[in-house]
Parts: sequence; C-alpha cells; structure tokens
Amino acid sequence: MMNLSRWKVGLVIVAVLLGILFAVPNFLPASVRDQVKGFMPTQTLNLGLDLQGGSYLLMEVDTNDLIKTKIAAVSDDVRARLDEKGIAYTGVAATGTSVSVRITDASRLQEAQATLVKLGTPLPKNPGVMDLAVQQNSDQTLLVIFTQEGIRSTSAGAVETSIEVIRKRIDALGTKEPSISRQGVNRIVIEAPGESDPEQLKRLIGRTAKLTFQMVDETVSPSDLAAGRVPPGSEVLPDDSRGGTPLVVRKAILVSGNNLTKANVGVDEYQRPAIDFAFNSEGAKKFGDATLRNVGKRFAIVLDGHIVSAPVIHGAITTGSGQITGGFTHEEASEIVNILKSGALPAKLNFESQRTVGAELGADAVHAGVVSTIIGFLTIVVFMFLAYGFIFGGVSIAALLVNLLLIVASMTAFQATLTLPGIAGLILSLAVAVDANVLIYERIRDEERSGHRPIAAMDVGFARALVSIMDANITNLIAALIMFVFGAGPVRGFAWTLMIGVFTSVFSAILVSQILLGWWYKAAKPKKLPI
Amino acid sequence: MQWPLIKNLPNEFHFRFTKYAPVAAVISGLAIIATIAVLFLQGLNLGTDFAGGNVLEVETPTAANLDTLRAQMNQFGAEDTGVQTFGSPRDVIIKFKLDESHQTNDGVEAIKTKLSAAIPGIAFKRTEVVGPKVSAELLRSGFLALGAALVLMLIYIWIRFPSGLQFGSGAVIAVLHDVALTVGMMAFLQIEFTMTSIAALLTVIGYSMNEKVITFDRLRENLRKFRKTPLADIINLSENERLSRTIITGSTAVLALAGMLFLGGPALFPLVFAMVFGILIGTYSSIYVALPIILIWGVNRNDPDAEVVDLGGFKGGKKPKDMP
Repeated sequence: MMNLSRWKVGLVIVAVLLGILFAVPNFLPASVRDQVKGFMPTQTLNLGLDLQGGSYLLMEVDTNDLIKTKIAAVSDDVRARLDEKGIAYTGVAATGTSVSVRITDASRLQEAQATLVKLGTPLPKNPGVMDLAVQQNSDQTLLVIFTQEGIRSTSAGAVETSIEVIRKRIDALGTKEPSISRQGVNRIVIEAPGESDPEQLKRLIGRTAKLTFQMVDETVSPSDLAAGRVPPGSEVLPDDSRGGTPLVVRKAILVSGNNLTKANVGVDEYQRPAIDFAFNSEGAKKFGDATLRNVGKRFAIVLDGHIVSAPVIHGAITTGSGQITGGFTHEEASEIVNILKSGALPAKLNFESQRTVGAELGADAVHAGVVSTIIGFLTIVVFMFLAYGFIFGGVSIAALLVNLLLIVASMTAFQATLTLPGIAGLILSLAVAVDANVLIYERIRDEERSGHRPIAAMDVGFARALVSIMDANITNLIAALIMFVFGAGPVRGFAWTLMIGVFTSVFSAILVSQILLGWWYKAAKPKKLPI
Repeated sequence: MQWPLIKNLPNEFHFRFTKYAPVAAVISGLAIIATIAVLFLQGLNLGTDFAGGNVLEVETPTAANLDTLRAQMNQFGAEDTGVQTFGSPRDVIIKFKLDESHQTNDGVEAIKTKLSAAIPGIAFKRTEVVGPKVSAELLRSGFLALGAALVLMLIYIWIRFPSGLQFGSGAVIAVLHDVALTVGMMAFLQIEFTMTSIAALLTVIGYSMNEKVITFDRLRENLRKFRKTPLADIINLSENERLSRTIITGSTAVLALAGMLFLGGPALFPLVFAMVFGILIGTYSSIYVALPIILIWGVNRNDPDAEVVDLGGFKGGKKPKDMP
C-alpha cells in the first residue's frame, strides 16, 4: 500500500497543477484575466444568485387561459367561415374545450363539416394529427373539439413562445446574461444575475410587446434624413431588414399587434417560404381600408421601435389575412413569424415564485462565507496540529489544502454554481476529508500498538482505513445525489459542493497523504511513529 | 501534557458502553415522545418555501419601530404579518401573506412601493415570493427526497452487509431517530423549516449513516476475530477502539461549522444548526441506538454469510511491502 509507484506521484502532481491552473483565475483581477485569455483558462467560480445578487422568477403559463383564448378564437372562426359560405346556423356556443354550432339546413351539414375541418392546423411535431376535430352530433349539431393532443401541443408551443418572447424582451433590457429555461411542462424560470430590477423584469414580462403597422414616409429625401429633418408627423426608425439603416415612417398607426390573431410560416405561389398572418375583424377592416388607399406604397411592420420589414402593398387586402413574401429562407420566415407572434404572449403568465437578493446582501454573504471558511479551515489546522503533531498533522493539512484547491478548481472548471449553503457544504466537506485522515491515523496507531513495525503499521493502516473511507463517502454521495435530483437553486449548489468534495477528499486523503508520509518515511526512517 | 495531544489519550479505553444502554434507551424514547408532542402541539415553523407567502428583508434608515411597521403592513392589505429584527435594529425581516387575488403578479411590488413611500430611504435587500402551488410541490418533493435517501441508504447497507438484517435495521432506525430528533429540535426552538432544512436533514442522514457504517465495520471485524466472546463485550471493545476517532472527527466537524453558525446570517442558520445538531445526535445514535438494536436482536455468529464481503479492491489483503 505504501509503495509510491510513479503513476501515483504523477497523478497527484498532474492533479495539483491542473488544480492551480483552474483555480488561479479566481484570485486574479479582471484586467489580468483579460490579458492572459487564450493562454490559460480564465473562468471564475460561478456564483449563485444568493451570492452575486439577482432575481429568480418562476412563472406558469396559464393553460386554462390558453384554452379559453383558443376556444374564443375558434368560435369567431366558425361564424366567419359559415358566413363566408352562406351556410345558415344557430347557437354557436363555447363550452370547455369545444364549440358547438347547429346547422339550420340539414342538406348542407356535410358541407359545413368539411368547411369547419379546415379550421384545424396540423401539429408541428406530428403533422398527421390536427389540433381541432369536428364531430357530428344528433340534431344537426357540429362540435368543434380542441383535442387533447392539440391542447398539449399548444401548451408546449405556448411555453416555447413565451420563453422566446421573454428572452427577446429581457435582452432588450441589456441585463447581464439572463438564463431563461423551461421547467416541467408549463413553467418558465428566469434567473437574472446582477443589479437587475425585478419589478422592471416583471413589468416587462407581464406586458404585451408593441407591434404596429405604419406607412413609410416616402417624402423625406436621403439628405433631409441624414440632416435629421423629419416632418412632425413622422419618425425615424432603424430598418432591421436592411441592417438597421434608418427609415422614415409616419407616426400614425394603421393597425397594431393587438389586432393580430395569427402568424404562420406558409408558402407563396412559387412554394417559397412566406409569412401568413391574420387580423381579427376590426384589424381586417382597418388594414383593408389602409391598403386600399395606399396601393403601390410601402408600409412598415414595426416591433419595439424596429422595422421588421417594409413591403410594398400590391393590392387592397380586405380578407383580414395576408402574406408577406420577400425571398426569405425558411429560418428567416420563422424568425419573423416569431417576432410577429411575440407581439402578444400566447397566454397569461402567472408569477408563482420570486427570489430577489440585492447585490449588497450577496456581497455580505460572500464575505460571511469567506470568513466562515477561513475560520473553519484554521480551526481544523490548529486542531490537527495539536492532535497529531507537525508530521502527521502537517500531512493532513497539506492534504486538506490540496483538497480545497481541487474543490475550487473543479467548481470553476465545471462551472458548478456556488451558493451560500454550498459554502456550508464546503466546510463540511473539509471536516469529512479530515475524518479520512483521522481514520487512517487511528488505524496506524492501532497497528503499531499491536506490534507492527512503523512501515507495516502505516501500510496496514492505510489499507484498512480505505474500506471505512469508501463507505463513509458513498453514504455522503448518495445523500448529495438525492439533493441534486430533488433540490433547486441554493440546495442544488449545496449538493454540487458535497459531491465534488467527496471525490476530491478521497483523492487527497488517500493519495496525497500517502505520498507525503512515504517521502517522510524514506527521509526520516523512524523507529517509532510520532503519533 | 504531551504533544501531539493524541498521545495523551490512553491506548485503550475500557468504557462499558452497553451498561448505559438502558438509560440511553429511556432518554431516546422520551426524546422521541417529546418530538411527537412538540410537532403536534407547536408544529414546525414552516418557512415560505413550504408555507407559501412573502418575505421582505429590509434595511431601514433608522432603528425600525416594529409595531408601527406591522400596523402599516396590515393597512397595506398584508395578512398574517410577522416582523422581526435580526442582527441590528435596522435590519428587519417582514413576512406576510396576501389574499389570492393579490398574491400573484404585482401584489408584492405594490406593497414595496407603499413601504418606500411610508419609510423614505428603506432598502429592500431580499424579496421572496412563493405561491401556494409551488410551496405544496416543494413540500412534497422535500419529503420524497428524505424518503428516497432513507431507502437508498437501506439498500446500500443491505449490499454492504449481506444478510445483515440486524445491521440494516439498526442503522435505519438509528438514522430515523436522528432525523426525528433534529426535526423535533427545530420545532421546539421554532427554527424556520425550509428547503435548505431538507438539505440539512439529508446531510444529517449522510453523516449519520457514515457513522453507522464505520461503527459496523469495526464491529464486524471484531466479530470475526473473537468468535467466542459475548456480543456485548465485542460491542464495547469495538466502541473503545474507535473512540479516539469518534471524538476527533466529531469535534473537528462541529468546530469547523461553529464559525458558520454565528457568521452565516439568518439564511444559513437553520442549515448549519441542523448540521451541527445532526452530527452530535448521529454520533450518539451509533452507540446507543444502532448497536443496542443489534445487541438485543443478536447476530448469527456461525453463519458464514455474516463474514465480511469486500467491495473488491479497497481492502488491503496484500502483505505489507517495504518501500521501493
């Protein structure tokens, strides 16, 4: 056991060097880190929100609201389609997840059903299945059902869309790297580190983005534009479809995103990707009137003060739906659809939970954590020196230092989140790591007392203690894994440090102590061990 | 006194641990009864994680008048308002609930706005809002985690000590005892019970189980060594043999955490407190819960299955080699 094979020494040296390489950036000022970028890792510890300050928001997409909105839209569509075909009907009623309508003329029932079936759209992930099903009941009643598959798919879509909407909205704030992720089926978690104002975040997320359709003001010459001479009724907006070049548009809003009911990626008559959109009846009327008056002119689709596109009106659009063509790729088209859709959140978002920690409190926590760690570490150092003397105590302290180094380095390299409970976990890891040394030393003492020579005592001591050390750490690892699976946020940070600590402490207690004691033994050749 | 201090410890201890087992059994029994009583009479002080509701940690420009603050909060529409200072008289934790229609979205922000107007210069250091749906889920997943941990530990003991029904039961009953008493202590002192407390309990389970395994390792070794010695004597011998390790490890862990206990602030206190308490109780229960169960139950000394089964390679079966 005490043989110091080259691989053992080599492994420890490599681990320590890697440890230093990854841990060192944490102690360098940012300016130095920038200079050495590319030569060595420059990542620093990933501090949790409780340490660096920031906001955690948990929101749930209101599925009931989603269904209600969809069913209301379907009711409108049913009326519109039947009116269009001139099919007489009575009693359009929305109940739960379905809309029922009674067709007055029995002979046109089949035609009505065929018409209403077209309301459904195929599910994006399963094109063979439609989101709406039409069922024929007795008494000439048709039932348009929002199917379970449709609801599930729409909810999933709603979460994705909401995340997209929220990300876009938060990015506009310029907040430092917010993380937005889906949790479970219909929840969204936003973690925005730093000094972001949670109130602003919540307002932003709760608000509908402003989408408007405005006419392009063609009267302004490029030189006037460059000089900033713009008529009072117009404004200059960047045209993102042309790399942000400024374009003058009239302030008067033709239609706003509030009137938009639908936007999809479609295809034009040449089978190229295009964007289909539809307004509600009010929007359709406004848009129809505006397009009729402005054939041949350009209008701008403006989102949050940026022009998404500025197409030419080829003819009056009175159907309330239209298509934006313009040689997009499929990706571009879906991007713009996304933007159009981001005009409105697909459903109400309910705030379920919020945790905000001010940066000041975070800094206090870091301070308390650092001081506690130092105190804990020093306590262990003093204790081990007193208990086991310079040689054996010193070896365990050296092992502990390597352990601490490797924990910091691993946390940095894996970008595991360090939280305040995680620091408590760190201190506990140190105590458990010392336990490994204590187990070894007590075994060695036992073996020496039972008559072994020093080297034999050390050898047997290490070997026997190993069983207990492994057992001890496996139980801790089980506990940490469970915390990781069930916990969230700070608790998960705690689990991270415990798990990493288990591996590094076994490594340093067993290998580092063994090598150091081996070297000491070779140098000192003691007749009796000093413990 | 000699240095290193370890030399002052006698080479052999001769405590008769088992002699006090009946006393300890009574104490443990009473403690469990007290825990149940406290849980029923007083209940756990559930934190917002599990009870739902809102917490504001604020710093007021001058020493806060808690009664006025409470009255103001109630006036703003808060319910069940709890106000307390921590550290300095300017640092206040306000806990409150809102009725359902105000709980979501902007209810808490409205309260903050009103507080800012009422107390100019007030600083909000921490805001926590947990809706009723989330808190119920957290509570469920917290208990699931505890259950899963105990089951996994039992499985581990089962694998580690084959046919060791006595060992497995002894360990799990002892760990349950530790978890129960830690929870009981938190209820008795009305220390807030949060998601972090669940993490603390899991740590206690991990640490306590680790103590049991180390205890059993030594016991099993001696059971093989002294096949004719009475079980009680072997238990006493094993405990005496590992007493120095128990003392050193236990005190290092407690001392190392002591700094955090006082410096960690209100957010960490429940976690560190439960960890420290759990370490102490875990050490106690190894000797006075796990081992007595094995003693009463007895072990089959002739069953070859009770022999040690190693998890390959860890054990130094090799002959000692000299240094290269």
